[in-house]
Parts: sequence; structure tokens; C-alpha cells
Amino acid sequence: MKPFTYERATSPAGAAAAAATAPGAKFIAGGTNLLDLMKLQVETPSHLIDVNGLGFDRIEPTPEGGLRVGALVRNTDLAADPRVRRDYAVLSRALLAGASGQLRNKATTAGNLLQRTRCPYFYDTNQACNKRRPGSGCAAIGGFTRGHAVVGASEQCIATHPSDMAVAMRVLDVTVETVRPDGSTRAIPIADFHRLPGDTPDVETALTKGELITAVVLPKPVGGRQTYAKVRDRASYAFALISIAAVIEPDGAGRVALGGVAHKPWRVAAADAALPQGAKAVTERLFADAHPTTENRFKLPLVERTLAATLAEHKAEAA
Amino acid sequence: MYEAVDAELSRRGVLAVGAASMAVSVAPAVGSARPAPELQPSTAHVAFEVNGERQALELDTRTTLLDALREHLHLTGSKKGCDHGQCGACTVIVDGRRINSCLTLAVMHEGSRVTTIEGLGSPGRLNPMQAAFVKHDGYQCGYCTPGQICSAVAVLDEIRAGIPSHVSADLNAPSATTSDELRERMSGNICRCGAYSNIIKAMSEVAEASGTPA
Amino acid sequence: MKFDQPATTNPIDQLKVIGYPHDRIDGPLKTTGHAPYAYERHDIVADPAYGFILGSAIAKGRIASIDTGAALAAPGVLKVVTWKEAGPLAKSKNHTAHLLAGPEVEHYDQAVAIVVADSFENARAAAKLVRIDYQREPGRFDLSQQVGRAPPKGASSGEGSGSEPVDRVGDFEAAYASAPVKIDRSYSTPDQSHSMMEPHATLAVWNGDRLTVWTSNQMIAWAVRDLSETLKIPKENVRVVSTYVGGGFGAKLWIRSDAVMAALAARAAGRPVKVALTRPQIMNNTTHRPATVQRIRLGAGHDGKITAIAHESWSGDLPGGKPETSVSQTKLLYAGANRLTADYLATLDLPEGNAMRAPGEAPGLMALEVAMDEMAEALGQDPIAFRILNDTQVDPEKPGRAFSHRNLIGCLELGADRFGWSRRNPRPGQVRAGRWLVGMGVAAGFRNNLLMKSAARVEVTRDGRVVVSTDMTDIGTGSYTIIAQTAAEMLGVPMETVTVNLGDSSFPASSGSGGQWGGNNSTAGVYAACQKMRDEVAQKLGSNSADIHFEGGQVQMGDRRIPLAEAAGGMSVEDAIEYGDLGKTYQQSTFAGHFVEVGVDAFTGEVRVRRMLAVCAAGRILNPKSARSQVIGAMTMGVGAALMEDAVVDKRIGYFVNHDLAEYHVPVHADIPHQEVIFLDETDPISSPMKAKGVGELGLCGVGAAVSNAVYNATGVRVRDYPITLDKLIERLPEVA
Repeated sequence: MKPFTYERATSPAGAAAAAATAPGAKFIAGGTNLLDLMKLQVETPSHLIDVNGLGFDRIEPTPEGGLRVGALVRNTDLAADPRVRRDYAVLSRALLAGASGQLRNKATTAGNLLQRTRCPYFYDTNQACNKRRPGSGCAAIGGFTRGHAVVGASEQCIATHPSDMAVAMRVLDVTVETVRPDGSTRAIPIADFHRLPGDTPDVETALTKGELITAVVLPKPVGGRQTYAKVRDRASYAFALISIAAVIEPDGAGRVALGGVAHKPWRVAAADAALPQGAKAVTERLFADAHPTTENRFKLPLVERTLAATLAEHKAEAA
Repeated sequence: MYEAVDAELSRRGVLAVGAASMAVSVAPAVGSARPAPELQPSTAHVAFEVNGERQALELDTRTTLLDALREHLHLTGSKKGCDHGQCGACTVIVDGRRINSCLTLAVMHEGSRVTTIEGLGSPGRLNPMQAAFVKHDGYQCGYCTPGQICSAVAVLDEIRAGIPSHVSADLNAPSATTSDELRERMSGNICRCGAYSNIIKAMSEVAEASGTPA
Repeated sequence: MKFDQPATTNPIDQLKVIGYPHDRIDGPLKTTGHAPYAYERHDIVADPAYGFILGSAIAKGRIASIDTGAALAAPGVLKVVTWKEAGPLAKSKNHTAHLLAGPEVEHYDQAVAIVVADSFENARAAAKLVRIDYQREPGRFDLSQQVGRAPPKGASSGEGSGSEPVDRVGDFEAAYASAPVKIDRSYSTPDQSHSMMEPHATLAVWNGDRLTVWTSNQMIAWAVRDLSETLKIPKENVRVVSTYVGGGFGAKLWIRSDAVMAALAARAAGRPVKVALTRPQIMNNTTHRPATVQRIRLGAGHDGKITAIAHESWSGDLPGGKPETSVSQTKLLYAGANRLTADYLATLDLPEGNAMRAPGEAPGLMALEVAMDEMAEALGQDPIAFRILNDTQVDPEKPGRAFSHRNLIGCLELGADRFGWSRRNPRPGQVRAGRWLVGMGVAAGFRNNLLMKSAARVEVTRDGRVVVSTDMTDIGTGSYTIIAQTAAEMLGVPMETVTVNLGDSSFPASSGSGGQWGGNNSTAGVYAACQKMRDEVAQKLGSNSADIHFEGGQVQMGDRRIPLAEAAGGMSVEDAIEYGDLGKTYQQSTFAGHFVEVGVDAFTGEVRVRRMLAVCAAGRILNPKSARSQVIGAMTMGVGAALMEDAVVDKRIGYFVNHDLAEYHVPVHADIPHQEVIFLDETDPISSPMKAKGVGELGLCGVGAAVSNAVYNATGVRVRDYPITLDKLIERLPEVA
């Protein structure tokens, strides 16, 4: 870990301004991912701005009938909020499927969105990684790719986004609210928040320099039967091989988003539309442009079968 | 499929995988013998309470809460098993919540109330969870044990507080201390000696004695 | 004490303390965080310097140049030690790779330097400032390329099991060719990591030319020897202390780079230095269980009697290394007149392969006991009946040599009864419970019982306390407790009266902990010392041992009762158990029946263990509580081996890619159901005066195969390439539309 200076932010705009002006500055909230990476010098900020004192720690109703979730609301508290459990079960379920009790107690809503990939080549500074060091190459390509992206990847990067929460948020179409160094605010639809790797896999989100997430807004309840199916190699405390956030209406219509298959939570409009036709039709559309490797090809049938299970449960419950 | 690209190591040379001999180098960004100014460690003052005692420390900002406890306060009950939040051996209870003390900076805990394994009980006066671990042999080498016990105590509190888990069948129903619930909630604490089955017995006994909903 | 005749009745047979499920005496310290591990000795050194090891960034080649200037100039840095500054260093014969590289690099993350600084933070940061230019050379990283080509190589596993390069009995080829029923199967097991919870750690202190290390090590006397050989200093100048060891599983049988680098760093810095390996370093800097490829051929008559049995295994290691002796149990487990076993060793430039819990048998049984399941199916026989039919009471390679005690059949029969084996549907893929395909599997467990010399010192203090000192270690096995039980039984005192001091090379040398030999041998050593104390007390009192009893804290001689404090206060004796050739005359082994029920998600292929039972026949069980814990822990490791553990080799770069606990999966709480263990009530008087054998590795041996067989019974899909992850099942599972 490189030395860094540390300050406790006292106002959102002030924090954003400090982040924009201090070279090598980063925000820190829960720290569960940032400190992990700093210890390995994958992340090397020279200045940390602790935003924990900014008070974005409440969940409040919005005039539209939804909920505004403060950026600093801990994963445990978001998952346990009675309104979230009742109206946004997919979000509660996704959060509870992630990490461990200890990590959920510390990890924040904003930090979870900003989690970096678990690609083991990204984590080892001896290896090439365009995400960690742009232009150095991608050691994952041609290497151990069992957990890597099967869709939406590029010749520069085949990493996946590791968040469970973000997958549920994608299926719920949440909005990410931010403040920028000049004090202006904006709302970014979750669909536009995470980026595909393209030629700049180091640029992972739509955030600009110094921009600080202040809240995530959940739309008014979307109803439906909400599930989050996470498939992993051990029963708990493991990242997803694949995951499926689903909201299914009584008539079989609905929406699905996938985790563990791409550089961002993966959702395809045509796949949503195909839901009444069943798992095979949906999976074909989700993976219309898939480029799996020998090692991660299994994710395609796995998504189809997992979705089949979700739809079967829905049918059984509806009957 | 994409073309394989050689490792980071090769970035200083034009080298292909499989070449008979290749010169590669691993170098820091800073090459001079004099440290750049940004390499000077920064210190900060922090005060928090540990096991009921106020502690005021002047620390390198890089010091984790775990290292502050172990190396500065000599409270070595909290263990460093991985230092990356992957094992749970460092679990302590901060302001009523269990966390991985390895993944948080000490300076971020101004005013926090920290409870470590040493604060739960002592060899002559075991806390009920510690006693249950001894009775049910919920440990072997003992290295993950403080983290398991801190977690176990906090898990029962989480169930009492109605926080659901991944295996809760009904998100909106009260939580219970079934074996499945305990196993899921304890999964952030790895025990390579494999005392899991005994730990669940110890926890179940404490839960029952304390009237936590079963 | 020489043990060369089977034990007769002795004081241990009283079973007043031995055999009782006593709580661990180190429990209160461990559960309160007061048991000090190697890195935590603030009581020894108040202000040590911190070392941080820098590992090689390449797998094979040499260091062309190394520039430590920036690191040395970094804040707080005291010293940087590389091979250039290290002084005279050798490689002990027990290490395959050097513990410090330079200029040659033998494997990825091999230590190339240690940075010493005034704080952990400064040392870690400065390690990144060492500039190294490497000349990389091509390496051999792919075992599969050498299968069929690698030469035969026999070895001892270093932990008891062993094998000749090639063993032949009868005429395997002819018998196999003419067998009416036969199978020919290949299996593979991956590289595995011990992943004990306490990282390797050492505090090193020099006093003149004398070195003391507080370290985390299973074998104190070996550590002294290897530090002496490596640092080229006399053994008398080395003291090793491991009071508490946070798990080892073989990873701490031999000193690793933390010990050597801490010693070098402390000498260079002129002050005490402590070092711990980081979690990511553990996978590539230290040792691992090598991957294997195994071929098994079984031939039998229609009656199910095995007539031909062949087991061949390929594994790899660095030049000069050893094979994983996966075929060793196949020499002894089943009858059959025509036999072939062979271990082949490939050369690989991966980190050093070495012993991990039950080396040889653990991966060997993962293949053999699946092959037995496949053969039973080919014969149309029940897998338990098939095993019982082929049981042997003698060494099949040397029929004149009997087992000291063998009740594998009892394990299988009792287990079948308790587990409800009769409810198993022999047709696979038939039992469904909701989403789950459910199946049961069985496997035999087998692991040899090893005899090792072990010494101890026993003192009686003037106030009547009994103090036992031996360099034995407690790596979670319960040594503290069973040694106290042994002394309490032998000298007739309550447990509370006994103090046990372990893990210090200034104490008499014990068997140490490894190869499941620690429990039986170290307590037998304590038995020997206690017996000597009894003899000397008798002599002092003018009696002889046969007429004197130790009971209730008193020495009883006819009508006389003398408090032990009075009879023996101030006396101190030392003795060792030393074995004759009973280990050669008889085959000494331990046996188990492992039973597993799994559910396989019919949609996703996720495998979850639902029930587990182990029935063990392992001689006298000294403490059923800690012995049971050893077995359930081993069963847990077996689940990991079967379903998730896989140190993945990047065959281009030559290292284990998934080098942390997030990516190298070991079982968590949610993976492990309630586990049952039954110990058969037996003693083995040929083993030692304790009449005990080992259980710590037996609990692992066979578990992986039982899981695999259960997965097959659940799904009808046979996966012969461990671990059995869902990607290997998913495309072969029944359709679920």
C-alpha cells in the first residue's frame, strides 16, 4: 500500500471538488474493495477522502412512490429495510446472496456499484492487464477464463462485474444520483452507468473525475414475482458463476438481468420480450452475440437451466 | 476467442510467449534512489474505544483497524488470516456490527466502539459463547476461533434484530436460529480445520439458552 | 523404552482419564484470543522490525539485475536482503526448491528479497520499490503433456506412505486380459493448497551467533535441523519455538521462506524481525499437493473376486522432487493375486510439490474408490458387498505378513446400517426431492499407522504438580489435552494437576505432528517417561513397579499411601518410546467406511452434501471429543477436494492463478451438514503401549470418492476429473424444460 494522505469530507460538493483537484485522490466509504486492492497496489491513491460523514445513510420515499437510497446505506441495512423486502425483493435477495455478513455490514450502496472485477490477472500486478495498466495487454485472454465474460467483452478485456446488487438494480431500472465538483447534480440511469470494456477497460462507469454518488433511486414498486438466483461453486461466500435477477408478472411477462457474464449487469430488451416463450428463447437473445471460451462456455446452458428453474417456480406458484 | 497477449512482464521488451529466453523486468514507477515526496507516510490521530477502554493513537494512515489492534494495542486475539476480507479471522464488533477489521482503516474509526474477542470474556471468565465453543469443541487450531466467536455472537443479535439472510424462505417473516440460517450467516468465517458442525452445535445451544427464536 | 513386543495390560488400560472426551485444556486460551501464535509474541520482543518478502515475478529463469536502492531509501527501511547479502546459504535436503532465489529462479513467487522496516506498512510499500530485471526461460507447466512419458519414480511421501517405482505381483497383464469383467479408467486430481488459517510466520532473534525463532511449525526437530543446514550454523545454536500452530496440514512440516528470511533479515538488521507470508504468497511461495493423473485397471471373475489390479499415477515436481504416491494404498487395501502399481514423476517448474494431509492416499483413494464403485456396477454388485468380498487380512504383496488389526468390514457394515444404505436406489438418477437429485455414495478409508521415536520429560514439583515437556506440537489435533490425559492416567493425578509444555526445541524431541502419527507416538513417549518416573519412585521407596500404584494423587504401596508430592516431588525423568520391528512384522493401518448423501440441483448442477458419516477403526481412541473433531475436519477437507478445491495452473505463465481464499475455494459453513462419526471400540496392542493409532488423516481418506460416488448415484453422470464442479455436470444432466 502506497502512502496516502487522509481527510474526512464535510460536504458533498466539497468532497467532489477535493477529489477533482487533489492528484491521485479517491473516495473511501466502506473500503472493503478499495483497501483490498490498495494492499496489492492494484489501486494506488495518494489521497483518500472519507465520505462516511456526509450523512447519505437514509432510505426515504420519493414523490414518485419509490425509494431514495443514500449512497452510504450499508448493504445489510438496504437488504433488511422492510420496504425493500416487501416491494423490491429482488434487491434484498441479491444483496443477501453477496459476500458475507461482515462485508455487508461495511459495504455501501455506492461502493457496491463501483466494485472492481475479480479477474485474477487484474489482481496480480505481475500480469498484464489493460484495466489495471492500460496498454499492457490482457493476460486473461488465453489464460484461465472460467469466470470471465461470455458476452460484451473486447480484445482488451474479458473481465466481469462482480456485484450482485447491481444486477438487481439493473432489472429494477434504478437511477444513480451524483454530485459533481462544480456542485451540479445529475441522475444516471443504471443502464448507462456501467460500461462495456471496449478499448478502455479501465473506464468502468459513466462517472467523471471527482463525481460522487449520493443516492440510488428505486422507481415505484414494479410488482411481479421477484427472484435472484445465484449459482456458485460453494454454497455461500463466493462470487457468482452466473446470476439471474428476474421480475415475472403473473401472465409470464417480465424482465431479467444477468450477473457474472459480462463487464456490466447484462440485460437485453429482446430477451425481456421473449420471456413468455420460455428460458430457451430468452437465453438465445441474451447471448445473441456471445463469445465464450472453452472454459466458460458452460455459462450459456447454465443460464438457460437456471432461468428454467426460475420460470418453473413461477409457474408452480401461479398455479 | 481473442489472441493471447503476453504478460505484463514483457512490457519493456518485444517478446512472445514461448521465446527461448526473454528479458523482462518488473520495476516500480519510481526508479531513483531518493524517495519521491508522495512516498512519505502520512500520519493521523484517531481515538476510539476498545473493549470499554478509550484509546488514542497517532497512526500511519495505512494502518488497518486489525493492525492497530494487533501491533499497536497488542490485542492479538483478532487474527490476520488473509488480510483481504476472504476468511473472517479478523472479525470484530464495531458499534454493534461485526466487520472484517482487516478491510477498514483505523483512522476511519474516530469515536467507534470496538469489541474484540478479549472484550467478550477471559480465560477465567468465559462468555457463554466461548464456553459453548469449548464444550462442543468448536475449534481445533484456534486461529479462526476468535473471529468465529465474534461472528457467532453478532449473528444471534442479527437474528434477534430480524435481519434476513440468503436462506430465509420468507423475507418478510421473522428470522430463526435454524441450523441452515446459522450456517449461511457464519459462512464468512472460514475454518480450515473443519469445526463447522461443532460450531453450529455451540451456537444453537447458546441461542436456545438466550431464548433467540428457533 | 523399547517397544518391541505387543503391549500387555498396562496403566493406560485403567481408562480413568484416557478415553474420556475431556474438553481441550487449551480451550479457554484459544477461545479468548489469549493463545499466542508466532507473529504475536509481544511478550518476547516489544519492538521488532517488520519484514516483507518479495517473490519472483517469473516462474523460471534468472535475475539479470536487482536494484534495491529505491527500497533502501524509502521511509523507515532498515535493510534489504537478497541472495547477494544473505551470506552463506545452503539448501537442506528436505527442500526441493531454495527458500531464497537468486540469481536462479525456480518457481513463481519464490522469495527474491526481504525488506526490513520499522513498520509493516513501510516494509510492504518498500518491497514494491525493488527493481528486478529477469531473464525468463521456458518452463514445463503442463502435467498432461508428460503423462505416459514421465519415468517411474518411487518415494516416501515424507509423511509415511511410500512406494517403489514399480511393483509387480503375479502376472497382471495376463490376468487382466483373461478377466471376464474388467474396467480401465483414468482419473485426475488437481493441485491443492493446504490453506491453513494461520499464514506461515516467524519472529527471529539473534543473540550473538545463536538464533531463536518463534515460528509456526509442525516438526520442531526437523525445523532445527533444516535451519541449521540452510543457514550453515550448528544445530546447537538454533532454538525453535511453536507453542501454538494455526493449522498446518503438511504445509508446516518443513520450514518455509518466512523462517529463513526472518533469520537473515534479523541478522542483517541487527535486531529482531518478524515476518508473515501474505495470503496470496501462500499458494505460490510455499508448497502444495501435486496434481495427479491416475489410471486404474481392475479385472474380476463373475463372482466379483478381483484377479487383476493395476494402479498407475503420474504427478510432477521440480527437478529433484518427489511424486505424489497415489498408488500406495492400492498395494494393501484389496486382495487379488496379480498386481501392478507404479508412480511416475514428471518434471514441472511449478512451486514445490509436497505433503498435504494424507499425501498419496488422499488423491489415490479419490481414484481407486471410484474405480471400485464402477467395477461393482460392472459386476452388478452392491459396492459394499463387492468391497467386503475383496477384503484381505494380510498384505496382498506379502501374504505371510498380517495386519496388526484390520476391521474394514466392520466399518462398512456398521456404517451401512447407521446410514440407511439399504434405502439407496442402486440405479442412478432415480431419486428426486424437489429440485434436488439425491444420491448416496460409499468409499473405504485407508491410511497407514506410522511409528516414530518420541521423547518427553516428566517432572513432579514439590507441590505435587506434574509437568510434561516435549517438543511435540499441537496443530489443532489436541496434543495438549491427550498428553495431559496420558500423564494423568499414568501418575494417578487429576487432569488439573498436569501442566503440558509443547513446541520448544529445548524440550526432548518428539515425533512431531504429521502423517497422523502425532497422537499415538507423542503420548507413547509420555507413557515411556511416566513409566520411568513410576520405576524411579518405586525404587526410591524401596519397592518395585509391579507392587506400587499411582492413584488419586497418591502413591500406594501395600497399606502405605504417600502423596505424590512427597514421593516424587522434585524428581524429573526423561525417556523416549523407541520401536522395534513390529512395524515391519505387521502391517499397521487404519480403516474407515465413509458414507455421503448429496443433492444435485437438477437445473444448475450445483452439488450440496446433505449427510455424512464416517465409521473409523483406528485402535484406541484417546479422546473421543478431539478425535471426532479431527475426523469431521478431515471430512470437511474431503468435501472441498471432491467439489471445489483446484489450484489452477496458468500453463503459459507457470503459476497458480487463483492464489487467494476468494478464488481458491475451501468449504464454508454452508457447505457442511451435520456430520456423524463412529469409532469402533478396539485396541491395537501391536501399535504402542497406548494401543492407539492415528485418525487425523484417515478422516480424509476416501471422502472425496464417497462424494463422487454419491454424485453418480444422484445423477448417473460420472465425473472423473476432480473437482466435480457444475460445469462438468451441466451438459450431461437430464433435460429440464
